Amino acid sequence: MKNVMSNKYVIALYTLPALLLILTLIYIPIALSGYYGLMDWDGIGEMTFIGLDNYITLVQDKMFWTSTYHSFLLAIFSTASLLLYLVISLVLASKIKGSDLLRKIYLIPMLLSSVAIAQLWMKIFDPTNGMANKLLEMFGVENTPIWLADPEIALYAIFIPIIWQFAGFYILIYYAALKNVPDEIIEAAKIDGASSFQIAYKIKLPLISGIFKVTIMLAVVGSLKYFDLIYVMTGGGPNGASEVMASYMYKEAFKLNNFGYGSAIGFGLLVIALFMTWLISKLTKSKDDVQF
Amino acid sequence: MSEVSTQPAATTLSAPQKTKKSYLNKIGFGFLYLILGLFAVIQIYPLVWLLFFSLKTNQEVFGMSPFSLPQDPQWGNYTKAWTSGNIGVYFFNSVWITVLSVALTIILASFVTFAVTRMSWKLSGLVLGLFLVAYMIPLHSTIIPLFNMYNNANLIDSPVSIVLSYTAFNLPLTIMILLGFYRTFPREIEEAAVMDGCSIHRIFFQITLPMTVPVLSTTAIINMIYNWNEFVFVNTFISSDNWKTLTVGINNFVGQYLTDWGAIGATLVISIVPILLAFLFLSDKIVEGMAAGSVKG
Repeated sequence: MKNVMSNKYVIALYTLPALLLILTLIYIPIALSGYYGLMDWDGIGEMTFIGLDNYITLVQDKMFWTSTYHSFLLAIFSTASLLLYLVISLVLASKIKGSDLLRKIYLIPMLLSSVAIAQLWMKIFDPTNGMANKLLEMFGVENTPIWLADPEIALYAIFIPIIWQFAGFYILIYYAALKNVPDEIIEAAKIDGASSFQIAYKIKLPLISGIFKVTIMLAVVGSLKYFDLIYVMTGGGPNGASEVMASYMYKEAFKLNNFGYGSAIGFGLLVIALFMTWLISKLTKSKDDVQF
Repeated sequence: MSEVSTQPAATTLSAPQKTKKSYLNKIGFGFLYLILGLFAVIQIYPLVWLLFFSLKTNQEVFGMSPFSLPQDPQWGNYTKAWTSGNIGVYFFNSVWITVLSVALTIILASFVTFAVTRMSWKLSGLVLGLFLVAYMIPLHSTIIPLFNMYNNANLIDSPVSIVLSYTAFNLPLTIMILLGFYRTFPREIEEAAVMDGCSIHRIFFQITLPMTVPVLSTTAIINMIYNWNEFVFVNTFISSDNWKTLTVGINNFVGQYLTDWGAIGATLVISIVPILLAFLFLSDKIVEGMAAGSVKG
């Protein structure tokens, strides 16, 4: 038994192809990104070693911090919306009629490509013929916004479809977790005279707190690396008003041909994302003992 | 779509016999349904609106209320979208690139998960860790070096770069989902097979792999959705129309029709329909896959 199940050649044969793929396409590029960050390089010509110049520029670059701030704003909005999804899932999971159908309807935007979502919402936000302004007009609003063209509003306008896109996904996760709460516990609480609200707050929520942490992590890290919708809808504009970390990196590298500086931004994005992952897991761990 | 939960809600949740209370409960429930229904409308109405304007003429789009129904459905918008763009080519590329990447990801992930969970070796923990950590790495941080590597390997503007990238970046999540499933298997089956002199490859291909079919279909679906909708890799690595997939092709195509909302709408609907059809037939599997994919991540 032991010999067969620890055959080195078989182990190598089974793991090496996949391992080589992720080493070559994920880990080596990450290291290279840090390395390219040390170069002055337009992507085609020779690389010139310039030491930490790109990283020093990055730390002093207002646009980088603005885009980081925007990414964090998105993370905050996404995390806050989790509470709404949690409430909806609690209602859905309490065995109401039609919850299956509703859950599936909520999920539909998640299936669509970012491009389709972006193009659709650009039409919704169209200042003259879009649905958003026609709705506002119906409610008597006179100075309707120009949405994506207004630097004050563009970023928040983009948050709407992003949150719309993922709502069903988080509802689904909470719903699945709530379904795993054993019925016996709920029944016992009911017999003891607990109200639906008490059951939700004191029994169900603590039991699914692990999933809540996972979703906070997904929402924050997902927001920090968010890119597709913003790239298609505004390209980070107008004038940087909706720029996020990933879109700023993409612009520097592939539009302005600053591959060295773009790599430094990419490396900064990696560091911030990994730091936030670490921070959240740390924070949610220590809270665990106090809350429940 | 299947609607299963037919339990009468009012009786399970609110047992009390007093009519006053059940009356209040009914109002409460009505209110809850109103909110849930409103949320459903918000989630679905933009798509209905898209369908509407894909069937309208420009006069209708620009002259009438956006909430009006199409007066005389312009199916011509769809023929226009399909014939004047490269949609057919993009569509075909999306299909084969998605299928090939999903197949590769699943077989490689199954190999790794089998080796890590069923076989005994010292470095298994480290190897698994490498895959799990890779899940946390933002793909945008890798894209410039990847572009350069593919460029040096002459793989820019080649679908090979896309298939390889999809496979590598989907491996961590796929392994994570498989892991939970593999760990629940009893060891006795494999032990008995070894006693009978079964080779390890036969154990994997004829015993273990067939047992994982339910979870494989789940991972296949979640991979499929990701690959079908992927944008950044194709947008960065592919430049010729011959190899573009639907998402990127459509984005460029729509850019040419700035004011023809009918044609834009029709193009978007064409790109959305396959995934919606898949959802209609496989929704339970998709829902399961999404939940599994996230909960374990």
